[in-house]
Amino acid sequence: MAEQQQQQQDGYQIDIGNLMAYDPQHQFQSIPEKREDLVKECIAHATKLIQAVADTLFSLPSTEDATGPIVPLPPPITKLPREKPLPKPAPPTKWEVFAKKKGIQNRKKDKLVFDEQTSSWKRRYGYDRVNDDNDIPIIEAKMTDEVGVDPFAKRRSEKKQRVDKQEKNRLHNLKEASKVGALPSHVQLAATALPITGTQAQPRKVSKDELQNVAGMAATSTASGGKFDKKLAGEKALKHDKKYRKFLPVVEGNGAGSLERQQTDKILNNIMAKNSHEIFNVSKAVDMYNVKSDKKRRNQQGKSSSISSKLKVKKSPYKNASKGSTKKGGSSSNRKSK
Amino acid sequence: MLRIKTPKSLRAKRELEKRAPRLVEFGKKTLLLHGTKTSNVLNAVLTEIYHLKKDNAVKYSRRNDNIRPFESGGETSLEFYSLKTDCSLFVFGSHSKKRPNNLVIGRTYDHHIYDLVELGVENFKSMASFSYDKKIAPLIGSKPFFAFIGEGFENNDELKHLKEILLDLFRGQVVKNLNLAGLDRVYVCTAVSATKVLFTHCALRLKKSGNIVPKMELVEVGPSMDLVVRRHRHPDESLRKEAMKIAPELTKKKEKNVSKDPIEGKIGKIYVPDQQVGNASLPFKPKGLKRERREAKEAKIEANNQSEKKQKDESIKDSEGEAIKPVEKKRKKKKDDSVDNAV
Repeated sequence: MAEQQQQQQDGYQIDIGNLMAYDPQHQFQSIPEKREDLVKECIAHATKLIQAVADTLFSLPSTEDATGPIVPLPPPITKLPREKPLPKPAPPTKWEVFAKKKGIQNRKKDKLVFDEQTSSWKRRYGYDRVNDDNDIPIIEAKMTDEVGVDPFAKRRSEKKQRVDKQEKNRLHNLKEASKVGALPSHVQLAATALPITGTQAQPRKVSKDELQNVAGMAATSTASGGKFDKKLAGEKALKHDKKYRKFLPVVEGNGAGSLERQQTDKILNNIMAKNSHEIFNVSKAVDMYNVKSDKKRRNQQGKSSSISSKLKVKKSPYKNASKGSTKKGGSSSNRKSK
Repeated sequence: MLRIKTPKSLRAKRELEKRAPRLVEFGKKTLLLHGTKTSNVLNAVLTEIYHLKKDNAVKYSRRNDNIRPFESGGETSLEFYSLKTDCSLFVFGSHSKKRPNNLVIGRTYDHHIYDLVELGVENFKSMASFSYDKKIAPLIGSKPFFAFIGEGFENNDELKHLKEILLDLFRGQVVKNLNLAGLDRVYVCTAVSATKVLFTHCALRLKKSGNIVPKMELVEVGPSMDLVVRRHRHPDESLRKEAMKIAPELTKKKEKNVSKDPIEGKIGKIYVPDQQVGNASLPFKPKGLKRERREAKEAKIEANNQSEKKQKDESIKDSEGEAIKPVEKKRKKKKDDSVDNAV
């Protein structure tokens, strides 16, 4: 900075980091008409400026190299914008958060481990590794083992599950990182399927069978049912998936009569089996029984309380109390019957 | 659902990592391209700028119909090319009746246009038209000097902007160490009028001068041209603020009083202030520390001292060296204290 100030006294602003000198005070007495003269004057003045830069540059402490003296340059004073935003620190993964909480420290492990079974050094992970499950040809059965379960297949599926789980965790951590914008530069998160917007359904991939069906329908929709159509090379005859309709023989032969009987029996059985629980409806039967018994009782009571019913019709406000008592008794009996 | 997409080959991975944002950036790459029409002059200007920056530039030769950097919607394909080629500087040439020999120089931040300057090219002289000793011809990728002349670069808003862009365009990579033997080129820019800038490129010849600093000599090697500023667009203020950010890791202050030792590790020096035992509060109050008595005693001592000082002052005036001595002793004591603490 001291040097810069010194240079500013001279009238020049010098930025050694950019090897730049600027003279803000220079003014032409009269701009020469010819461009060549103007350029000449500019270069003459530029030489002065460059000399001023060189004065400070060559006075910096230098180290000798085979190709020439090397000088440490100070950082540039003129601030210029960056090209890209600053890289963001990635957020800690779920494991890192957990490890920090528990105080788990990452320790370096050797790549090679001594394998006692083969008495040789083997990789800790990867191909031909130590304690590889795949190397064990026999798994001893235990009392707790389930019958009919292949232990090898079980082990394989367990391994697959662990791998899948790890992949899921990895995706989760990457998603968290992408939220902050700290995704590693070589990783991208791509959508596997486009989200369905509105009512528009995904365009489905047409299967081979479906195509065959459609082609078959087109082929048979001629008058002859496609019988006389030209077949393309390699085109196969149509498949007929459904059963052809079969009729029973008209004349009863040896076993034919029984065949028809069997058919009807089958249908009847089917119906009966389906509705067998409805043949005798218990609740309905009980209801009917109750109603019948009720009717019977009512008929018997109706003969004794016929007077009271007549009284009821002739109901009038000026009847005296003694009559009302008889009416009451009648009404009570009536209620009972109900 | 999301799928993790990673490059299939290591080479692709390396290429992606090269493009990732980094704390300390390398030099910016330049993209040169032109619009629907270009004049001969402009073709030559673009190729020569490409030659000047050949180590760090991409030149497109096809016509581009839909690039209009100053208009909204006209920058989309430019930004796409910037992303594709990983260039953050672009020089776009176009020629029309309204704006003949039009050169748009712009910068991008995060592959979006940051700022723009539109220049008209006049009095262009190509490299081929200069004759000079080819031995001093500047090498590709050498660190250039810049000479800016004229008050316009400070007072005039447009030229100030142009100065920054020209510096960014030609300065190349920011280096920490510089080989002085490799200095061989100078860009000279002179503000002739309020809008006109004379731009020329010179080779540098170092001549012996008798002392350490050699004598500089400039030889014009071209291209040389007059640049007339037409339109320009400053960066958005918030964008500018973000683009000017410096990583906090790089601006850390030097840590004081902490040193590192290969055997002991981190060592800190602690300077303990005077403990001031006299002011410490005690659980009981001894009679001797009672205030009145103490103050009376101090007053008595002071009275004695003052009479002594008067005598001493006279002696100090005679020899200043003696007066400084007691201070030095105190300092030494302090240093001993600090060492004890450190151990």
